[in-house]
Formats: sequence, structure tokens, C-alpha cells
Amino acid sequence: MTRRYSALSLLREGLNGQRGWEPAWRDPTPKAHYDAIVIGGGGHGLATAYYLAKNHGLTNVALIERGWIGGGNTGRNTTIIRSNYFFPESAAFYEFSVQLYEKLTDELNYNIMFSQRGMWTLAHDRHGLEMARRSANAMLLNGIDAEFHDGPSVYANIPGLNPNPRFPILGGVNQPRGGSARHDAVAWGYARAASALGVDIIQNCEVQGFIIEGGQVRGVETSHGTIRSDRIGMAVAGHSSVLAAKAGLRLPISSYALQAFVSEPVKPCLDTVILSPATGTYLSQSDKGELVLGAGLDLYLSYAQRGNLPWMERAAAGVLELFPQFSRMRFLRQWAGIVDVVHDSTPIIGPTSVGGLYINGGWGTGGFKAVPAGGWCLAHVMATGQSHPLASAFGLERFESGAMIDEASASGIAH
Amino acid sequence: MLLIDCPFCGPRAEIEFRCGGESHIQRPGPHTHVSDAEWADYLYYRENPKGEHRERWFHSTGCRRWFNAARDTVTHQFRVTYKMGEACPEAGESAVSETAPSAVAGGIV
Ligand SMILES: Cc1cc2nc3c(=O)[nH]c(=O)nc-3n(C[C@H](O)[C@H](O)[C@H](O)COP(=O)(O)OP(=O)(O)OC[C@H]3O[C@@H](n4cnc5c(N)ncnc54)[C@H](O)[C@@H]3O)c2cc1C
Ligand SMILES: [Zn+2]
Repeated sequence: MTRRYSALSLLREGLNGQRGWEPAWRDPTPKAHYDAIVIGGGGHGLATAYYLAKNHGLTNVALIERGWIGGGNTGRNTTIIRSNYFFPESAAFYEFSVQLYEKLTDELNYNIMFSQRGMWTLAHDRHGLEMARRSANAMLLNGIDAEFHDGPSVYANIPGLNPNPRFPILGGVNQPRGGSARHDAVAWGYARAASALGVDIIQNCEVQGFIIEGGQVRGVETSHGTIRSDRIGMAVAGHSSVLAAKAGLRLPISSYALQAFVSEPVKPCLDTVILSPATGTYLSQSDKGELVLGAGLDLYLSYAQRGNLPWMERAAAGVLELFPQFSRMRFLRQWAGIVDVVHDSTPIIGPTSVGGLYINGGWGTGGFKAVPAGGWCLAHVMATGQSHPLASAFGLERFESGAMIDEASASGIAH
Repeated sequence: MLLIDCPFCGPRAEIEFRCGGESHIQRPGPHTHVSDAEWADYLYYRENPKGEHRERWFHSTGCRRWFNAARDTVTHQFRVTYKMGEACPEAGESAVSETAPSAVAGGIV
């Protein structure tokens, strides 16, 4: 029986014909009642279940996923992790997340392949340059690592950049501790660790409705029957509005398709993550050698996980603008995920107007980097009834009070 | 690529258009009587259905006029497009074939 992953267990199983590995998590039949239910088996839901058990001692917990673990946006994103935000609230929250990521492989005993290869945001005109300086200063003031570079320094740091692009590269901001992680591994690692602490991970089970009595949630109706709990958290990314409507709730959320692509794999040629707002593209190279690139949002409501051609063309053009030598590479595959966008580009974590029902959502295009902190904070509010200090500004009430945290206009974050 | 039937110009490619979000939204008033919750709803809360959505589109590189559409957010099929100020034709009213003899109210090509 091989429960712990290590160099020694690898060696042992290698000699043993790989016959001793156990399934990474149990496959239990749902019980009739749990102390807490988490809906959504993406990174946020799995992290929530794990921290409910780990930080709060709640182990009689069900995680309910309608498809398979990590089959949502957590398995569809471009895996970029960073904390280069502007407002103190967001900076503190995302920085906490990056710090949790830094320890995650050890903590979960699962290699999430977190690679802090740096994350560059390029500036292509005078305004971009001003934005870059402001962003670097804001990050430093928030205690986050940031480096401002002028054009020649960008070129010295990123080999292969087009020496003569149509949109000149005048400078950039690098967050050296930014980078990427293997997204499936993040989901699988949390699932395995949560299951080991007693959490029931129930796949292929759709939540179809809520049992609500006198304004308090009492359980869910699922494709596997009724499961009761007075404490329910939902982290269903692109489907937040659809699921919330089943509890009679309306959310300030619009759902859009966001698409990504990978090229055929090639030898290492790009050792950092690049975002170029002006050319509308972001890219990195995976450990497998594929170029991973993302496009912008299809700006009409969508629940179709496919994305559109005009954006695909724009993203490809943006990459070729930066690296003309990639023009002969082929796209291997393309896909899209549905992301929940809110007006101030800041997540929603906290209670709803239904007692006992909590939400984690509104991540827009950027919630992968937030998985550890998002799970941590949803678990906290579910277990204690109080918002975690790091997420106390992220409640639904801000849309009424006007206390928005508008990261889109402040830091130029896409979501 | 979507083919979108502008009520003024006819079917054109998606890249000529910009979507302006939910249509038929009424500003609440008089403002002295509107609660914070009602303002929040008007400013930030939108219909986000998995299914038919009534929305505004702008023919930005064509006639530069706004019009309305009923579009399915799962299939991306446009059921009908109609002019600003008009009521949305209900399903079965055959508005599609009347306004677009080519029987293309917009779809995926
Ligand atoms: C193309 C693309 C690129 C991206 N790039 C980045 C990036 O580089 N960096 C970054 O930080 N973020 C990125 N993101 C955003 C990021 O992927 C998401 O914000 C994040 O994965 C959300 O995690 P989640 O756990 O909330 O959702 P998900 O992983 O989508 O999980 C939600 C789960 O809920 C399940 N579910 C839904 N309804 C029900 C129901 N009724 N019953 C049971 N289960 C249900 C779904 O099946 C799904 O598995 C990107 C997103 C996309 C689409
Ligand atoms: Zn027109």
C-alpha cells in the first residue's frame, strides 16, 4: 500500500511493477446528512473542503461535483499565478494565496509543479509605461515583489522577443515570484488531501435544488437524492447564477466564454510568463514544451464552452507580434471555459441572504491563482459564520454600499 | 463566427458588431424613492440566463445603429433581431422569415 508519495515510494513501485498505488481519493456513497456541504469540485471547492477539515476540524463534509474533479475552469485555465494587484485588499488576499501556493507541494504531499518563473506585464506605449510604473510602485507599497524594467532591460531578460515590433516594447513590470503551476495537480492534490482527512468527494452528482426552510438552508436535492446539511458553500465558477437561482437568489454576475490554446510541444524557448495588454495576449511555455496562450473574453453572455474565432485570430496575431519566429508552430488544441464576471473585477466570498448558504465566485478570468486563499476564506466563513479578515471586503453587500474594489481600472486586470 | 442579422443592413459577420448587454432595462424612479437595493439591482444585477437572452447589439462597423436580439446563450443561435423600441417577437410569431427572407436570423457559420 503506497499512501505517501516520495522518491522512495516511486522507486519501490518502480521495482514492484507499479502495483501498490492506491486511488488518490475514496469514492464513497453519499450519506444522508453532513456537517457541511461544498458544491463544486474545482480548485476552490476542493480547497474549501480541505481547509474545513484541516483548519476547522470539520471532517463530516461532502464535496459534490456534477462532473469530474477539476473538469471545470480549474482544468481549463492558462495556469498563471501572481499577486500583482493594486488595492490593498486584493494585494493582501492574492499575496496570501501565492504564499500558500509556495508551500502547497509539501503540505499536500503532491507535486503541483509550482514554478516561480516570473510574470511580466509589457508596456507598449507611454500610457502603458506610466501604468507599469504605477503598478510596480503599488505592489512595492503593498509589500509585494515587483521590478520595473525599461525596454533594453526587458529585452535582456526575455530572449527571443521581436527586436522590431509594430507595438514597441518600452518597458515592463516583472513579479519574480509569479509563475505557473500544474492546474490538474492542484485539484487532485487538494482532493487527495481532503479525502484523507475524511471528506466525502462525490463525483457525477449534480445539485438540482435547495431545501430552504424559513430562510435557512437545510440541504440539497441532487441527482443522487436528498443530502442534508445546514451549512452549504457553493464554488461553481461559470455557473454561479444558474445555481444561485435555484435558491431564489440573483447575483451581480455575467457569464462569458474565455478561451485558451496550446501549440505543439517544442524545446524550451520561453522561461517566463508574459502578458501584453496592448496586443491582447498572454503566454508561457508548459513543462511539456507546449506554448500556452490565452485570449480575451467573448463579450456576449455564453454558457457554450468553445470560444470564438475572431478572438483566436487576435490572440495568435498578438503572439506573433511578440515572437514572429513562432509563426510556423501549430495550434494543437483550443478550448474555452465559462467565467463569472462582476463589475469591479473582485471576487465574491461570503454569506448570501439565505441563512447557511455561502458563496465563492465572481473570479472572472483570474481565479486559479486564488484557489488556496479562496478555499481558505470560504471554509472560514462556513465554519465560523464570520467573514475572514482577508475577504471581509469581498461580500455581496458592496454592490449596495458602493464600496467596490475596482481592479479593472486600477491595475488593468482583465477580469 | 456568428452571422448576425442587423435589422438595417442584413446578415453580417460577428466582427462588425459589439454586444451591449441586457436589453429592456428600466431605470427606477423617482430617484428620491429608490432604495439602495433597487439602485444596486439597476446598476449591477443583470439577467444571466442559460438559455434565451434579450440583449442589445451595436453594428459598430456598419450602420452604427443599435438594435435588439433574442439569442440563446448555450447554442449562440439568434432567434430574432428587432429594432429598438419594438417589443420582442415571441417564439412562433415567424418574425424571422418575415424580416429575413433568406431565413437566416443569424447563426453559427
Ligand atoms: C481559458 C481560461 C484561462 C484562465 N487563465 C487563468 C490564469 O492564467 N490564472 C488564473 O488565476 N485564472 C485563470 N482562469 C480562471 C480560473 O480558471 C478560474 O477562476 C478558476 O479555475 C475557478 O475555480 P473554481 O473552483 O471556482 O471553478 P471550476 O474549476 O470551474 O469548478 C466549478 C465546478 O462546479 C461544478 N458545478 C457546476 N454546477 C454544479 C452543480 N449544479 N452541481 C454540482 N457541481 C456543479 C462544475 O462541474 C465545476 O467542476 C482562466 C479561466 C479560463 C477559462
Ligand atoms: Zn447595420
